[in-house]
Amino acid sequence: MSTSTTPSTGGLSVGNGVFLVAEREIGSKLRSKAFLISTGILLLIALAGVLIGGFMSKNTTETAVAVTSETAPAVHGLPGLKLTEVADTTAAEKLVREGKVEAALIPAPGDTSFGFEIVALKSAPSSLQSMFAKTPKVTLLAPDTTNPLLRYLVAIGFGVVFLMAASTFGATMAQSVVEEKSTRVVELLLAAIPARVLLAGKVIGNTVLAMAQILALAAIAVVGLIVTGQNAVLEGLGSPLVWFAVFFLFGFVLLASLFAAAGAMVSRQEDIGSTTMPITMLVMAPYFLVIFLNDNPVAMTILSYIPFSAPVAMPVRLFVGEAQWWEPLVSLVILLVSCVVAILVAAKIYENSLLRMGGRVKLSEALKG
Amino acid sequence: MTTVLTRTTTTGLLELEGLTKSYGTRRVLDDVSFRVEPGRLTGFVGGNGAGKTTTMRIVLGVLGADGGSVRLGGHDVAAADRRHFGYMPEERGLYPKMKVLEQVAYLARLHGFGKADASARGEALLVELGLGERLHDTIESLSLGNQQRAQIAAALVHDPEVLILDEPFSGLDPLAVDVVAGVLQTRAAQGSSILFSSHQLDVVERLCDDLVIIAGGTIRASGSREELRAQHSSPRYELVSDADAGWIRSEPGITVVDFERGTAVFDADSPDDAQRVLRTALQHGVVHAFTPQRPSLAQIFKEVIQ
Repeated sequence: MSTSTTPSTGGLSVGNGVFLVAEREIGSKLRSKAFLISTGILLLIALAGVLIGGFMSKNTTETAVAVTSETAPAVHGLPGLKLTEVADTTAAEKLVREGKVEAALIPAPGDTSFGFEIVALKSAPSSLQSMFAKTPKVTLLAPDTTNPLLRYLVAIGFGVVFLMAASTFGATMAQSVVEEKSTRVVELLLAAIPARVLLAGKVIGNTVLAMAQILALAAIAVVGLIVTGQNAVLEGLGSPLVWFAVFFLFGFVLLASLFAAAGAMVSRQEDIGSTTMPITMLVMAPYFLVIFLNDNPVAMTILSYIPFSAPVAMPVRLFVGEAQWWEPLVSLVILLVSCVVAILVAAKIYENSLLRMGGRVKLSEALKG
Repeated sequence: MTTVLTRTTTTGLLELEGLTKSYGTRRVLDDVSFRVEPGRLTGFVGGNGAGKTTTMRIVLGVLGADGGSVRLGGHDVAAADRRHFGYMPEERGLYPKMKVLEQVAYLARLHGFGKADASARGEALLVELGLGERLHDTIESLSLGNQQRAQIAAALVHDPEVLILDEPFSGLDPLAVDVVAGVLQTRAAQGSSILFSSHQLDVVERLCDDLVIIAGGTIRASGSREELRAQHSSPRYELVSDADAGWIRSEPGITVVDFERGTAVFDADSPDDAQRVLRTALQHGVVHAFTPQRPSLAQIFKEVIQ
């Protein structure tokens, strides 16, 4: 054993310190049964959702289609169609408008490849379209930009994933800060590394875990959609999924820093709620706003620029095609800037509160100096 | 700043000067000054609420003082100096779900040791402390006494120059006390400055080279154990002889405190008077013992905190 007057080590760089802390965070999490089980359940739910969605779309009842004597032969004998033969185009369109049939096949002499076209009210039934090798021309009588149900489901999907991941990992983050405080491990840690290094390591460690969970969810969604043949949904969802992952990354760093700061302000696990409540609200609010306001373009546009709701609102807007190509970039810049500000503020609170045991540290005191 | 840990050499002498601290209107430390010297074990004793833990926290920088200074090797202790400190907080705590060796090695790595080195050091230290068979158990599965040993390992693993240990012996069985005492003495022999607080005055008495006594937030006595004993010993002697020692009562310059046949405890006005008593006693019969009585730490403690 070397003597204490001739220390044998050189130095520990900031990077190494951050890495060590992050490594421990991830390692201890991966060894926690509760974490592994809850992640497993989350992935199973996602898989089940995708598969059930796939089966349900396959098991839909026959599509009612109105045909005229000219177009009837084109679809005659095809499975899954309930044909109603009518006298002419006008009668067919009338049935469509009345909702008695989902679509009508009417003669279109000018269309050389098919000789007919599909008439539908709001959207053409994909089951009908998919029966043709090439898609015949579709005329919508009362076009809608996107399927409102799908828009709602996508909003809920992104919302739930963000809410669950952010609140789960955020709460874990705050708890692990308080654990270090309440067990006084923090006094040993701070004797070795600066508070900022500790904070950075914890935020990075938890972000890596949260991102891994999100990527696993995305992978399951993509694979599930391909396996169940829901390629059309996948095509629309691809780019919003990528954007969601990018927004989630920075949105989570923002929240994790704030959760860490909130955790540092109390000394006992029982008191966590009092300081993390405002941040939990910040996580919940956009989720509900996006779900309730997802058909209000103005509200969605605003929400897609607010850092806390952008990770959910912007991908939804991209999915429904309301956002211009540059909008996610601008929103991302806003998110990045607020991320930096949040980290600076959180680091200050964290440094000032970490060694203060006992009651709750006042915010004004935590921000001092 | 690219590195958080650049070791600088210090001489390891820790000096506290004029530390004051108040909580609201209550003054918990008042002009606290003492030294903790390299290569020596300094015992820090005082009753509950006397200010021991507050003093230690201020030394560690865990708590800010209202006034005064803490110097290491002659300069004010800065944040960067804290890596030279090993600390065992009063309220124990390590990560409950982390394995013992992993935890100790992790702390060593945070202090800049490489992975293999950190693990080897941790293991050697834990074995030394008698935890060799529990290396891969989680902290929460250990008994309190063993958690305590792990805590001591955590404070020592980076070979700190200064060790601040708050009640390192509380909760340990007598064998464990010996083990821990041995480890601390080895560290002191290697040149570390060690300050430890304890309620167990017998342990402090056996172990420490220097002693600091605090009461009501003020230092009542500090110095080497022998110095303090000399300062606080009254000129008291015990004589054990075959013959009846009743004659001592009539000796000039002598006050008998206790007497029973051949045994007498007396105070002498001067060392010469005591020596005269010894010579006379030898004339009366066989003398089995003639002992200057040294006060125990417990006695000094009671005396100085009054």
